Amino acid sequence: MQLIKSDINIDFLGKRKIAMVFSGLLILASIIGLVIHKGPNYGIDFAGGALVQVKFNQDVSIGQVRDSLAGLNLKDLSVQDFGEGDTHEFLIRTANTGSEGTGLAQAVSAAIEKGTGIAPEIRRMEMVGPQVGDDLKKQALLAIFYSLLFITIYISGRFELKWILSGVTAGAMMAAVYFLSVINVSMPILITGALVVSLALFWRLRLKYAMGAMIALIHDVFITVGIFCIFDMDFSLPIIAALLTIIGYSLNDTIIVFDRIRENIKGESDKTGLPALFNQSINQTLSRTLLTSVTTLIVLLALFFLGGEIIHNFAFAMIVGVVIGTYSSIFVATPIVLFASLKRING
Amino acid sequence: MKLLTLKHGLVLIVILAAIVWLLPTFTNTWPHKKINLGLDLQGGMHLVLEVQNIKAVEAELERTADEIKKELRRNNTLHQGVSRQGNMLVAQLPDQESKAAFEQIISKEFSNLKVTSAAVQDGSIGFQLKLPEDEMDMIRKMATDQALETIRNRIDEFGVSEPDIRIQGKNRILLQLPGINDPDRAKDLIGKTAQLTFQLVDEDAGIDAALKGNLPVGSMLLYEKRTDPATGNTTEIPHVIKKQVLLDGSLLVNARVEFDQFQQPQVGIEFNRKGAHIFDRITGENIKKRLAIILDNTVYSAPVIQDRIAGGKAVITGNFTMNEAKDLAIALRAGSLPAPVTIIEERTVGPTLGADSIRMGMISMLVGGVLILLFMTIYYRKSGLIANLALILNIILIGGGLAAFQATLTLPGIAGIILTIGMAVDANVIIFERIREELRWGKTASAAVHAGFDRAALTILDANVTTLIAAIVLFQFGTGPIKGFAVTLGLGIVASLFTALVLSRSIFDLVLQKKTTSSLSI
Repeated sequence: MQLIKSDINIDFLGKRKIAMVFSGLLILASIIGLVIHKGPNYGIDFAGGALVQVKFNQDVSIGQVRDSLAGLNLKDLSVQDFGEGDTHEFLIRTANTGSEGTGLAQAVSAAIEKGTGIAPEIRRMEMVGPQVGDDLKKQALLAIFYSLLFITIYISGRFELKWILSGVTAGAMMAAVYFLSVINVSMPILITGALVVSLALFWRLRLKYAMGAMIALIHDVFITVGIFCIFDMDFSLPIIAALLTIIGYSLNDTIIVFDRIRENIKGESDKTGLPALFNQSINQTLSRTLLTSVTTLIVLLALFFLGGEIIHNFAFAMIVGVVIGTYSSIFVATPIVLFASLKRING
Repeated sequence: MKLLTLKHGLVLIVILAAIVWLLPTFTNTWPHKKINLGLDLQGGMHLVLEVQNIKAVEAELERTADEIKKELRRNNTLHQGVSRQGNMLVAQLPDQESKAAFEQIISKEFSNLKVTSAAVQDGSIGFQLKLPEDEMDMIRKMATDQALETIRNRIDEFGVSEPDIRIQGKNRILLQLPGINDPDRAKDLIGKTAQLTFQLVDEDAGIDAALKGNLPVGSMLLYEKRTDPATGNTTEIPHVIKKQVLLDGSLLVNARVEFDQFQQPQVGIEFNRKGAHIFDRITGENIKKRLAIILDNTVYSAPVIQDRIAGGKAVITGNFTMNEAKDLAIALRAGSLPAPVTIIEERTVGPTLGADSIRMGMISMLVGGVLILLFMTIYYRKSGLIANLALILNIILIGGGLAAFQATLTLPGIAGIILTIGMAVDANVIIFERIREELRWGKTASAAVHAGFDRAALTILDANVTTLIAAIVLFQFGTGPIKGFAVTLGLGIVASLFTALVLSRSIFDLVLQKKTTSSLSI
């Protein structure tokens, strides 16, 4: 069986202008989403606070739960229906960390029992102090930074055999981080600074594959974060794990196309044929790209629908990331490498 | 023709090893260990405590201030106060003569203290003394180490199977307690400072005056909590207590639950020889006075001393429940914390939620897996079956790897396995697509397979190394469940590299060896 005919030759690169507009719109939507919601909606992992998941063995309305908790004076209290179907589960969130005194879970349980007459089962309780939240946020950003760092070293080393140059870029990236951390700027600015410095270096040092891959990665991560923001979904530790996996996955896709480009370009001296050659490479790997995306999406959809509430957002992030990552390796990463290659002839 | 080459042998050994490691998870008879389940799957509590070790430094400074005062008194040196202010000591001396004597005492007896300034003000000379930075660091570090030891003892006595307790950073302690039924009780026990002291009640001071803030010098106001067993209401009884500590819990050798004549639980304590001697003396000297038993700044009881108590035994009463008495005894036996701790992170998962998470994770794994198997069979026909075999072995290898390394399986870890199922066929897809291409160019089956594997190998390696990098970074930075995800993702990548590049190839070799035809079902 074949989904994609072997002699297929879609002019992907011819549509790169449309793709640019499409990506631009997605990025714009992400920025608007981030501005409207004032940054990502940090869950308790990063913002600090507490959540209690309770389950009842009979029907209780969300209003009853909320009313019975009114006396506890919980800051930024939110009660959310949790779990699918008739499981009578609720997620109670608050900005209080409960470190002042006795167990928050106990207090919540007692208040609910008093208010509704039914004793809830405490299924899960999480409390993160503000200092820990800051630490976790910093660690998460560092994780994203380091994976980008190592991956770019690998790509430019592996694809252009420029290990020394990629080492220089990595050094510059780390130096930028060091310099910015000395003058004490916030982590997001720090990372942005490092990325700008390394992209400038990729351009200057003509590490076109690394540049294409990195822009595609930033594109994917940014849009995934933006979509999370637009839907006002919670940003938690597992989402960071999902983002890093998306970085790996998206790159995986990109590399397969790059590999084919490199293979086809060997011995090719005529640079005017490059657009056709790039296009041909995308088409040759197209059935693999689509097949793998399909199989990955199948299991992720199974996880999304059957995996339960706790893993729900993680599965959602992965689904968005896989779709965007597949799109970006064809429509973002490859056109950038082509653009950089053509610039090189003219300049 | 050799059917079983070295490579085939290697493949078989790896698979057998994985099965051997995996078996104990499903049968109880095997001698190996099962796969570790994370707290989010088996239920339990994850706590991060912060040791307020600045308090240990402050306590050390206060002790030093007391010793300096004692030393000054012994030398008949006049002073206008030695006290702790923040993390330094301040001493006021009236004249040049006492200043000289003070300086001599400091340089002789307290040579570790550094004089940072000495200024004359209103006729008196003010000294500022500091502990050197490295000494404060040592006190802080020791406080953390000691807190860890104490908490470990308490947890051991409380009875948690396979707890994981470790220091994290400078002053944090991480605790993983699987299978806790009563998280609040565990938290109470861990967080108790358990500073036990015996102090006299200030009989001359009036309670009413004290409540208005009129406290005699050298006394303080503490409360006793009493719960009415019938109504459950708690009342607080104020006591004026002399600040001087006559005896503390450091001289305890034992504490256990006992019962009074009404079968109410109480905690019996026993002192060592030195403690017993002190207890004998203070009870002898203070007959008919009230001696308060104070734990963490709460008065437990303040009985009137009827007679001299020899033998070093005492009881703490205070209308306890059975569990409260048990936990108090544990805390006293395990010793007091050198500094208070606060809980700065807590994650508790109930056992039912853990079981639900496993069930849902397994269902999605099964459904996702079966769909992939079907898809591959339809798309690649017989070659698809080879990919499917590789996929199944992949999962076995991940399971075997988890058991062999005693890594922990978490809910995100299950998600990682599910994700790997989706991505594991990727390597096979890359190879199969390449083989199809080669076949289209008119190569024979065997040549196409060889070319396909050879050309795909590097691509597969490149593509997987990047995901492996992400997994390693995640492992390095992640905690708990996230680390579990990184482990299964990493194992999955390595396993899929093995199954695609070694196992699939061996099977293709076997198939092509037997067949003389050039047809290939792909």
